[in-house]
Amino acid sequence: MANMSLKKVEMPEQDPDVRNKNFKEVAKGYTEEMAIEEAKRCLNCKARPCVAGCPVNVKIPEFITLMAEGKFEEAYLKIKETNNLPAICGRVCPQETQCERVCVRGKKGEPVAIGRLERFAADWYMARNKPETVDIQKSNKKVAVIGSGPAGLTCAADLAKMGYSVTIFEAFHTPGGVLMYGIPEFRLPKDLVQREIDTVRELGVEIKTNMVVGKSITIDELKEEGYEAIFIGSGAGLPNFMGIPGENLNGVYSANEFLTRINLMKAYLYPEVDTPVKVGKNVAVVGGGNVAMDAARSAKRLGADNVYIVYRRSEAEMPARLEEVHHAKEEGIIFKTLTNPIQILGTDDGWVKGMECIEMELGEPDESGRRRPIPKKGSEHIIDVQTVIIAIGQSPNPLIKATTPGLETHKWGGIIADEETGATSIPGVYAGGDAVTGAATVILAMGAGKKAAVAIDEYLKKKDS
Amino acid sequence: MFKILEKRVLNPDVKLMVIDAPVVAKKAEPGQFIILRVREGGERIPLTIADYDRENGTVTIIFQEVGKTTRLLGTLNEGDYILDFVGPLGIASHFENVKNVAVIGGGLGAAIAYPQAKKLNSMGVKVDAIIGFRNKDLIILEEEMKKASNRLFVTTDDGSNGNKGFVTDVLRKLIEEGNKYDLVIAIGPLVMMKAVSDLTKSYGVKTVVSMNPVMIDGTGMCGGCRVTVGGEIKFACVDGPDFDGHLIDFDEAIRRQAMYKTEERQSLEEHYCRLGGLKNG
Repeated sequence: MANMSLKKVEMPEQDPDVRNKNFKEVAKGYTEEMAIEEAKRCLNCKARPCVAGCPVNVKIPEFITLMAEGKFEEAYLKIKETNNLPAICGRVCPQETQCERVCVRGKKGEPVAIGRLERFAADWYMARNKPETVDIQKSNKKVAVIGSGPAGLTCAADLAKMGYSVTIFEAFHTPGGVLMYGIPEFRLPKDLVQREIDTVRELGVEIKTNMVVGKSITIDELKEEGYEAIFIGSGAGLPNFMGIPGENLNGVYSANEFLTRINLMKAYLYPEVDTPVKVGKNVAVVGGGNVAMDAARSAKRLGADNVYIVYRRSEAEMPARLEEVHHAKEEGIIFKTLTNPIQILGTDDGWVKGMECIEMELGEPDESGRRRPIPKKGSEHIIDVQTVIIAIGQSPNPLIKATTPGLETHKWGGIIADEETGATSIPGVYAGGDAVTGAATVILAMGAGKKAAVAIDEYLKKKDS
Repeated sequence: MFKILEKRVLNPDVKLMVIDAPVVAKKAEPGQFIILRVREGGERIPLTIADYDRENGTVTIIFQEVGKTTRLLGTLNEGDYILDFVGPLGIASHFENVKNVAVIGGGLGAAIAYPQAKKLNSMGVKVDAIIGFRNKDLIILEEEMKKASNRLFVTTDDGSNGNKGFVTDVLRKLIEEGNKYDLVIAIGPLVMMKAVSDLTKSYGVKTVVSMNPVMIDGTGMCGGCRVTVGGEIKFACVDGPDFDGHLIDFDEAIRRQAMYKTEERQSLEEHYCRLGGLKNG
């Protein structure tokens, strides 16, 4: 019997006033009973719009049906058929714009909580620590994957399953890319990311850390070392700044630096670890995306009294997930929308003492389709802050482009790659994820990694025949 | 893990280590740097490559024990391992169309200036090397520098080596005496590089300095190493570390370097607490 409740089964969360002081995960996940109850909301409809709504086409109705029957292990394995990182996707995918957006149940009431169910299946399986037995027919063909973020890990895992000998080259000392340095512990626990990486390793993928492709080794040298195909998933690592006065004052961070210090270097444990991070009494985070929410919520957890999100458009235009905005507000983050920074003010010895902003109003839609913000004359005002975090986006890292002759890129830095295959201007070299699209989502990067794995397989088979 | 093959104490605060790092050694060039992490939970710190041996796959680093991480590094011995060691990072120094160069190193900067002098010397460029220290006990790399230059001038702030003065005093004298330099390379503390740049600006001599700001990844990702050069924001890790000394906003760089002073002191104190007796070492 289907559960016809119009609402999703609620997922327990840490109380906002408790969690904004710790870095533990916000959402606690379903119990078995909750998962079964929610799974029963799926009508197992014929049209299955959710599957097409998923960038990696998880067999959603199938896994949910298994779950409704209490077959959690089978449900997990069903997800794994197309998704290598379910514990991660269940947490950070924007389901509301993908699978859940098109769910039939969403026409009247809330859609099925696909993300929460996926997360439950992965956590259930991990908690039982079942080794995944994979029977792989090994070929001796070598493929190199650059970057161990969501795109690279997915591409590597899929290629390994096809039998290729895959080596990932990671610039940092720890693999995981944005999953490790970008997304905070309270949204995506790092031991869980580590477990997902371990499962990729168990497929036979070798991960070489401390290898900056473009510096330690070039794409051409990888080819000389016998890698027959290469996938570039190096992400969008270059932080954008606003170009306003005062951006180099002490106390101004790029969101990248702020979050890397906290997540990768674990500065929230300082002085237990050696890397510090500075958070003033009042903090302004400039930007309206998920990264801005992550930075603001981290600053709050590190003890800031007042944390402001400063965003030049209105809340309706914010690119962040609704859930993240909601969580941020619950935790006491103050939203200053339709507000744009003009300059950051400093003390005589070079520390941030405030940020001058101007109010904005919305005009005609611009090229992005969103209404263009226009400054309101005479509305200049100063916010009292000691820390400013700039979260207005990242551009692809130019290191690979600069050292790979023949690799074509867009003017803004993104690698030009075929949308369906990831093929670049160099035969045998593929690319996907943020390195191609600019900063986007984990799941889109995973989708690109998957498509490229298929294309690389075809390319290598053709090359042989 | 990266093995320490050799360790030498150059002066009470400065140590040299030869590290087994073939990937870095294969591509290293003067002017580039590495980032290392001594152990789990440790910081990532940038250190300029002091020398490299492609054949043996080794990279030499020279560091001054100023903070917790460098002190910790200094406690390691031959045969020990460094957890992470990545590079070569940054853009290599390029010396085109130069015939007469003054290479200046202040304190630890002498260690970074050395590979530059060596490279120029091997290219047949006439090198005047000037290295300066607080006192004679701190002098490092004198013999090496002598070999890598046509003339070497060693100064001390207190005159304890018999040659009192700053590196800028020597440089001014050399220029006043009629020595014509196509290029001055100045490496050392920010105040020293600023002083050299101010001096050479008045004589119109092109000057390159090497910046070593706080950074995390060293690949352009964090932007913590930003410096203002000719009014533009540059990242020392990917756009540098070499920059035109006449265009750098040194005052800003000096301010930015103080960003974590409190934390550095805190870390260091804690380090001493844990190590107990080393406080006077």
